[in-house]
Amino acid sequence: MIASYFIQFSYIVAAALFILSLKWLSHPTTARRGVRAGEVGMALAIVGTLVHHEIVSYQWILVGFILGTAIGLPLAVFMPMTHVPQRTALSHAFGALAAALVGTAEYYLNPGTLSTFTMTALSLEVILGFLTFTGSLMAFGKLQDLVPSRPIVYRGQNAVNLSLLAVAVGVAVYLVVDPGRSELFPVMAVLSLLFGVLLIIPIGGADMPTVISLLNSYAGLSAAAMGFVLDNNLLIVAGALDGSSGLILSVIMCRAMNRSFTNVLFGGFGQVQRAAAGAEQRSVRSATAEEAAAILEASTSVVVIPGYGMAVAQAQHKVRELYDALTRRGVDVKFAIHPVAGRMPGHMNVLLAEADIPYDRLIEMDEINPEFPRTDVALVIGANDVTNPAARHDKASPIFGMPILDVDKARTVMVIKRSMNPGFAGIDNELYYMDRTTMLFGDAKSFVGELVKEMTGARIGA
Amino acid sequence: MPTTLESGLFVFVLATFVGFEVIRRVSPLLHTPLMSLTNAISAISLVGSIVIAGAGKSPLSTVLGTIAVVCAMANVVGGFVITDRMLKMFKRREPGQ
Repeated sequence: MIASYFIQFSYIVAAALFILSLKWLSHPTTARRGVRAGEVGMALAIVGTLVHHEIVSYQWILVGFILGTAIGLPLAVFMPMTHVPQRTALSHAFGALAAALVGTAEYYLNPGTLSTFTMTALSLEVILGFLTFTGSLMAFGKLQDLVPSRPIVYRGQNAVNLSLLAVAVGVAVYLVVDPGRSELFPVMAVLSLLFGVLLIIPIGGADMPTVISLLNSYAGLSAAAMGFVLDNNLLIVAGALDGSSGLILSVIMCRAMNRSFTNVLFGGFGQVQRAAAGAEQRSVRSATAEEAAAILEASTSVVVIPGYGMAVAQAQHKVRELYDALTRRGVDVKFAIHPVAGRMPGHMNVLLAEADIPYDRLIEMDEINPEFPRTDVALVIGANDVTNPAARHDKASPIFGMPILDVDKARTVMVIKRSMNPGFAGIDNELYYMDRTTMLFGDAKSFVGELVKEMTGARIGA
Repeated sequence: MPTTLESGLFVFVLATFVGFEVIRRVSPLLHTPLMSLTNAISAISLVGSIVIAGAGKSPLSTVLGTIAVVCAMANVVGGFVITDRMLKMFKRREPGQ
């Protein structure tokens, strides 16, 4: 009896700490306190659970703890920040698998005796859990380039996917009505696993921020469903927090691309419009590192627009050197961060913070856009579609309506780019052909390095 | 006495509202740590896995429960550690710069 009070008490305190944890995360100055609160809440809940009266043996729990730590810790400690999206996808897969397996175990422990309500929650837990598991593994594969990150589409794809899901849900409904049909349970599980794979196959790398957020939401919801199955309010609270967080982030990502959920999941972005690109050869102006460095040094304000290309080239530390060199000369340097820059929400901020760039220099889209007309140089490093002015006026463009960074309004625009090949979505960027634009051809990392060399070299000579 | 269903839904709806209100205020600057932190928190599914792994009711449930403990524990440890690692990197400008 006392044990059960202790469990309830530890769960209530843990739930409160989880909410505080997220509240403190809202600002960088209190964020680390948020992590502490979450850790204390988690520790309390685990200790509380270990005294549960149903537990007869600690052997396998201990094995699980040790193995789990052995997997989780290295992933967290050694994963480079460029690979955080991959780690996140993996952790969604782990969380979802845990929920799905607990649901499966619960079902086979109580065959045929589960109430309609419990069985409904359990089916939801298992379907969401298994589809998020394989879906997240697919997302991991695409991010890690184990699976082609271009969208793979075929005729009738949506029909196949949706009917597969429909059959899985149909089987679930059957199981709710007649929980004793245990031969149907594996069917539901396998269909969900399959659906997770097929759901992610048509999704391209540029849509990863939305998809990762959506999978985050699913993983949370399946944990909440598990709370209903086990009649555990703490699980429901934590699952609901995770689910709503994932949902908010997916909505922000969708808005940042001016697309709907259905369009992201069933749209197959980026394979239709490739034909249009490269149709005409327009002339661009290019410059050497020496010329570009001279322009940057003569300016008073510079806004850097980093994109995924910067992360691919591992150029963030060179960018930091450029920031230092310019700041020393009294140039005001800021970074314009588009919400979908990178492969997951906030990815670019983490990369730049890792390179020791102060976070008050990282400015969100809505705040930086009014500043572009007053900016001397806008320096684009590895970003493409989020700077394309066609999104504002060209109704025929596939990215029409997408909120963009108003880079074209700066007095001078410089773009570091490998070649004139169109970006990920395969759309030509008219920014490159403007009179005030100078193209700087080369690898992001080595070009920024050359810029820095020009500046520091000139200083020694002076 | 309310039924399990009613009180469960009650908790779910309230927690979702609290979640929306709290998470809406998180700066976009910290959206990546936000995702890893909520991920660590939802690994509280560990508590359900622990009971299944330790109850010893059937070999199948013990195996599934143990795998679930491994997965959830990986997220608990990994999630908190990497969130803290990321947050440590967010610094303001040093004075005088």
